Amino acid sequence: MFDKEALEKIKERQEQWEETTLQQWLARLPERDELFRNLSDMPIARLYTPADIPDFDYLEELGFPGEYPFTRGIHATMYRGRLWTMRMFSGYGSAEETNERFKYLLKHGETGLSVAFDTPTLYGYDTDDPMAEGEFGKCGVAVSSLADMEILFDGIPLDKVTTSMTINAPAAILWAMYLVVAEKRGIPWTKIGGTIQNDILKEYIAQKEFVFPPKPSMRLIVDTFEFGAKYVPKWNTISISGYHIREAGATAVQELAFTLYDGFEYVKAGIERGLDVDEFAPRLSFFFNAHNDFFEEIAKFRAARRIWAREMRNRFGAKDPRSWWLRFHTQTAGCTLTAQQPENNIVRVAIQALAAVLGGTQSLHTNSMDEALALPSELAVRIALRTQQIIAHETGVVNTIDPLGGSYYVEYLTRKMEEAAYEYFRKIDAMGGMIAAIEKGFPQKEIADAAYRYQKEIDEKKRIIVGVNEYVSDEPITIPIHKIDPEGERRHRERLARVRRERDNERVRQCLERLRNAAQDERENLMPYILDCVRAYATLGEMMKVLREVFGEYREPIII
Amino acid sequence: MAEEKIRVLIAKPGLDGHDRGAKVVARALRDAGMEVIYTGLRQTPEMIAEAALQEDVDVVGLSILSGAHMALLPKTVQLLREKGLDHVLVVAGGIIPDEDVPKLKEAGIAEVFGPGTSTQTIVEYIRNKVAEIRRSRKNA
Repeated sequence: MFDKEALEKIKERQEQWEETTLQQWLARLPERDELFRNLSDMPIARLYTPADIPDFDYLEELGFPGEYPFTRGIHATMYRGRLWTMRMFSGYGSAEETNERFKYLLKHGETGLSVAFDTPTLYGYDTDDPMAEGEFGKCGVAVSSLADMEILFDGIPLDKVTTSMTINAPAAILWAMYLVVAEKRGIPWTKIGGTIQNDILKEYIAQKEFVFPPKPSMRLIVDTFEFGAKYVPKWNTISISGYHIREAGATAVQELAFTLYDGFEYVKAGIERGLDVDEFAPRLSFFFNAHNDFFEEIAKFRAARRIWAREMRNRFGAKDPRSWWLRFHTQTAGCTLTAQQPENNIVRVAIQALAAVLGGTQSLHTNSMDEALALPSELAVRIALRTQQIIAHETGVVNTIDPLGGSYYVEYLTRKMEEAAYEYFRKIDAMGGMIAAIEKGFPQKEIADAAYRYQKEIDEKKRIIVGVNEYVSDEPITIPIHKIDPEGERRHRERLARVRRERDNERVRQCLERLRNAAQDERENLMPYILDCVRAYATLGEMMKVLREVFGEYREPIII
Repeated sequence: MAEEKIRVLIAKPGLDGHDRGAKVVARALRDAGMEVIYTGLRQTPEMIAEAALQEDVDVVGLSILSGAHMALLPKTVQLLREKGLDHVLVVAGGIIPDEDVPKLKEAGIAEVFGPGTSTQTIVEYIRNKVAEIRRSRKNA
């Protein structure tokens, strides 16, 4: 795009500038550091010019929004047409309390729901299981059977609001519960939309909420791809997630590379099942983290879109442009929230959210300022939601598409992120794919190393975290702390006992038996069997127990 | 004679999968010259107490971010004491609200390290406390 002569001139002038203006300036005022680096440890230059991207090709690298390679955005009008979905991840205590929080958020202008489940639910245990001790409702809402799901979505129009569910090992079961709630209300499955996270690979890598070994886990995931494509066409059957990888300590590059590689594995698994790639790929969605280094994050999002489009088209032969789209949700980085001076988190979240918007996100969760202390209070979550509304309605950044496109720095960095991701792809290819890499502990080790390096930088004050290792204050924390209703667990346990007592237990036994038989036969898609169990009010724990018995449980290699 | 190395068990009680902090602390303690055993995830209080006994550790570090600390941490201390591990220093880290800290200390958790604690603080605390415990055991 830049002609050679012009580039030569720029280089020449830059050298002159370095010898004169810059030298004089440095002599008077040396720079604050010898080396400036981003969070992925890439050196960042003082200045970027066309000479840093000499062979930049606009049409090849950026193109136009809504067209391959989608670097500038997946939609032709982006936020001029429709704002991103404001989707606040929420859930705590019993279904009643979370339902109330959903309604509170919708009343305040939230445009999509996102469910956080408690840890027993995430691992597929009922609340009264001994493994669930002390965990009820702590990290999210407890859902043990269809009865809880009915209350959770009571009064919420499932055909109008889309719902994202952060659920992985038991994703097929929780999705089936949602589908049956819709069915019981007479809402056709073709009308409901939403997302199940359903991304087990990042569980092995980072979040660690796995249950089954990789093979049966991948089978369950492909079952949902296949079922969704046929019966629930507006549902995103997976949200391939970098968020948790990043939270575990990964750099932006690692987040980008491991997440996209996980994506490749799911596509491969779908194709191996015999599905046409264009049948399921348009329903694959992504989930990224928005961390502190503003431009690095923006470059990451742009690089992700470009890589995904290229790999889907070239490596996997997808023909439908929708299969090339990398649609993604973003959450601001929980790990950057500080318990010290929590009000400062409002500012961090705003800047991170802005990076997500400038990176072209399709939906966004903004963290609440109090999340390093407890679950968010109503006040904190409202400010977090308002942050998105201020970005959307007051800053003007939504008026034009990809406003940072063409910045020498951002384009340079987008390229660098891409190159670094491909380096990881080659390494993982050489190991025989992501599952083999996980079994070797490769991504886990890379992440642990990065996490340790980051912590050391903070401890040694090479990296300043405001209020933590600099600008420290010992004023007491005055923001309100959210408490969950201690009655919730009792209510939930009573409901669970009533479900077990009042349902047709013979029907439950038969449904579970059919599920067991189907699980033992690899040719079966398990979704219809799970749906039957759900309809009969079999509990989450009962279904998962059957699957645990057939599939076994995964034990991870311990990596420090 | 060189001082005997400090042995630390880092454990993740409950269903909480957030192991970033546990691993970072494990590595920092190791770099500070301690011997560190990491249990991995999803440990019950019984499993942790048993591991502490088997590994003959000076310190048990419990990392928990799930909010289940009031149910799991006092129970772990109690089981350690029941096994006769009275000298084992038990510390905790994670997302633990301030108001729970006094209750945990009463239950035998010597110190709680919240978010933002430097690894150096933890290293120094453990070194000092273990030295103190060793001295008092020698004199006893």
